[in-house]
Amino acid sequence: MSVAPPLYLALSAVLFTLGTVGVLVRRSALIVFMSVELMLNAVNLTLVTFARVHGGVDGQVLVFFVLVVAAAEVVIGLAIIVNIFRARDTVDVDDVDLMRG
Amino acid sequence: MEAVLFAITAVLGVAGGIGVIAAREPVHSALGLLLALLSLAVDYLLLDAQFIAVLQVIVYAGAIVVLFVFIIMLLRATGEAPRDRSIVSPGVAGVLGTVLAAALLVAAVTARSPMVPVDPAYGTVQHVGRALFRAYALPFEAASIALVVGMIGAVALGKRAQIVVAAPSRTGTAASAQQPAARSVAAGTAGEPRS
Repeated sequence: MSVAPPLYLALSAVLFTLGTVGVLVRRSALIVFMSVELMLNAVNLTLVTFARVHGGVDGQVLVFFVLVVAAAEVVIGLAIIVNIFRARDTVDVDDVDLMRG
Repeated sequence: MEAVLFAITAVLGVAGGIGVIAAREPVHSALGLLLALLSLAVDYLLLDAQFIAVLQVIVYAGAIVVLFVFIIMLLRATGEAPRDRSIVSPGVAGVLGTVLAAALLVAAVTARSPMVPVDPAYGTVQHVGRALFRAYALPFEAASIALVVGMIGAVALGKRAQIVVAAPSRTGTAASAQQPAARSVAAGTAGEPRS
């Protein structure tokens, strides 16, 4: 017995909301980053679900590209966080709120 | 059987997601993220997407979470100190999150499209790879360029010389007012290589 597509979409919606709340309430840049990854994964689940619903492979290919971009994004983002930590001794996003200075 | 498996992964996935945003220690958040990602890999298997499930385990659970844990260890990041100043209070975020979840759930439940039957070859490496190298050959090459740019960017950002230039002579007023001692120690050692 297979699971109905709305259940996958509902799980995706819950995970996306959790990621959004995490971005809003957490101040550690690392946690904010992890929450963004959670949101990306929620969207990936939606893509895979709709690919399966329509029997096409395009959604899965798009998930592949999301994976690639997420990998590159994590590498750059964490390098920036490390640089901020070395310069400021903090990864708190509220402490890094100036464009210059 | 599939329904039971989905229920288990859904519970574990949501628990992992809550762990990410609620844990006090960043390492616990990373473990919560790992739990959520592995649960999603099982969901991909249930959706006949074997290739994506394997990629999820290798790239996300393997590489990205390990990178997060590595950075947490490198920065010796601990729980955030309690602070009265915050952009969005947890209450406001909870209300906004509830509204967002309600909207998304309504959209999800009203999507009435049954799954079409697919043949056993659906979602295999061969199936996805054929689409990837034929219809999506150009985006595939663009993705490789994105990865190269990411690599070069990480090397450029990680270089020691850049940090000395980027180290500010005058730090943020709020931070320096709170920890003057730590600030001066950090400023004094910023130019020297730290182990």
